[in-house]
Amino acid sequence: MSNRHIVKIDKISVECRHTKTFRFRAPFEAEPGQFVMVWVPRHDEVPMALSYIDGLKGFTSHAQGETTNALADFGIGDRIGIRGPLGNSFEIIGRRILFVAGGTGIASVIAAMETAVKGGRKVVTALGAKTKDELIFVKRAEKVGEVHLATDDGSEGYHGFASTLAERLLESHKFDQVITCGPETMMKKVVSAASKKRIPIQASIERFMKCGIGICDACAFGDRLVCTDGPVFDGEYLSACEDFGRFRRDESGHKVPVK
Amino acid sequence: MTDLAVKLAGLSLRNPTLLASGILDETGGSLLRVFKSGAGAVVSKSICLNPRAGYRNPTVVELENGMINAMGLPNPGIEAYCSEVSKAVKAGAMLIGSAFGKDEREYASVAKEFEKHGAAAIELNLSCPHAKGLGLEIAQSAEAVEGFTRAVKSVVGIPVMPKLSPNVTNIANLGIAAKRGGADAIVAVNTVKAMAISAELRMPVLANKYGGLSGPAIKPIGLRCVYELHEVVDIPIIGVGGVTTGLDAVEYFMAGASAVQIGTAMRTRGYGAFRLICREIQHFMEKEGFKAVSEMVGIAHE
Repeated sequence: MSNRHIVKIDKISVECRHTKTFRFRAPFEAEPGQFVMVWVPRHDEVPMALSYIDGLKGFTSHAQGETTNALADFGIGDRIGIRGPLGNSFEIIGRRILFVAGGTGIASVIAAMETAVKGGRKVVTALGAKTKDELIFVKRAEKVGEVHLATDDGSEGYHGFASTLAERLLESHKFDQVITCGPETMMKKVVSAASKKRIPIQASIERFMKCGIGICDACAFGDRLVCTDGPVFDGEYLSACEDFGRFRRDESGHKVPVK
Repeated sequence: MTDLAVKLAGLSLRNPTLLASGILDETGGSLLRVFKSGAGAVVSKSICLNPRAGYRNPTVVELENGMINAMGLPNPGIEAYCSEVSKAVKAGAMLIGSAFGKDEREYASVAKEFEKHGAAAIELNLSCPHAKGLGLEIAQSAEAVEGFTRAVKSVVGIPVMPKLSPNVTNIANLGIAAKRGGADAIVAVNTVKAMAISAELRMPVLANKYGGLSGPAIKPIGLRCVYELHEVVDIPIIGVGGVTTGLDAVEYFMAGASAVQIGTAMRTRGYGAFRLICREIQHFMEKEGFKAVSEMVGIAHE
């Protein structure tokens, strides 16, 4: 028995120029925030957050390296390996939740947004990207609540970072919880802003990963593992973690700065 | 009152369960967390002189009775890893440094650095079955096992423990060679060379094709190797391979091991594995009237 499932790609949606969502039938149930290891045969196996957890499961891949570029050429009916679901999940706290996402980070939190609304919570989203064309899942987000957009170049919505937008929303509205995923420097600002206001916050962390099942230590984050202790960490741990927003480990385990 | 403390090659261990190399040992923080969770000592990741990225994924295959891995010995090199060693040692962990390299000199330099930064002993990874041009060749040759052990012994003052491979015709001869080279103890065994194939994709699953099998599936092989080694050498043996419960550890003691290492069981039993296994060993000892671990070592040979 192995929990690596070989699945056929059932559906592909182009989210933006370099980003596609791959949908597949999986013999498992997953919680919002969990991820899978996607085996792109002959290339590599990489962690991907589940952007769809109901019905056809799905993950959203931004083509940026050798493996994700190879995956971008896969078509409907092509086979890939899926290991999972892995990791912990978001825990929704309170009635009003602010989601803050940057770039493809929205793919890690969109399922949590939909789950929260199904559970009767009110969701507000601050969604940012470099430019208008890279804002993804905007319609999906708008279906579940109020959406505030930000772009680095000002081509859509607020001219600036999603984290700045989030800081303003935290000043003007009352929230019971903040959930964030995106570039780590963005998340660090959001964690700091929420913690100052003593609002519980959870962030989904990304690190280079090998085993995915808590034994190899490649995804070490402070004294925790992203694959099994995470990928979701709470503000209390993040604020104390010496690696958060500062260091990650490369393939050899060497400590390098977070960009 | 039963006592789980053991003395082994000059080391005083609070209990006979050690963290096996390659598991949760990339950072000082992880090593410390495992030590604090109850391990008698922790063995580091296998470290060489220069950084190595390791193989591409897939690097693991989970099986019902174990796991196959081909990580490819990723490590940041001894210079960078020393800070992880210091972090764990300064916070009180008993750490055994696992060294490997391309030749005797490289093994020796890595071992010296480990000693300088507070490692209590050196484990020699002579037998990683999935590193091209490294490991297996050394572990298969008695002359090489003896030579590499001697090279490291001559530069460090702490105990040196070569880790032997089960992928050999006669492990007893290699144990004798290790002892001749001055080994203070022997660690047996490393993973068993193995493969997994995806029928749907018609190809090996591991990027490296071959990997090392660990976990319950290899316990009978590990027990046999420890038993054979205990017949021919009188230095302590540390048993590794599929120890998941206290009873598994007891079986290794009876085959001739003075302590055991635990790796794959971390996946099934988590950080609690060491405390649970120690409690299970203690229960067995109380039930069967053993007062010290040493009373069980090798008694299956009588």
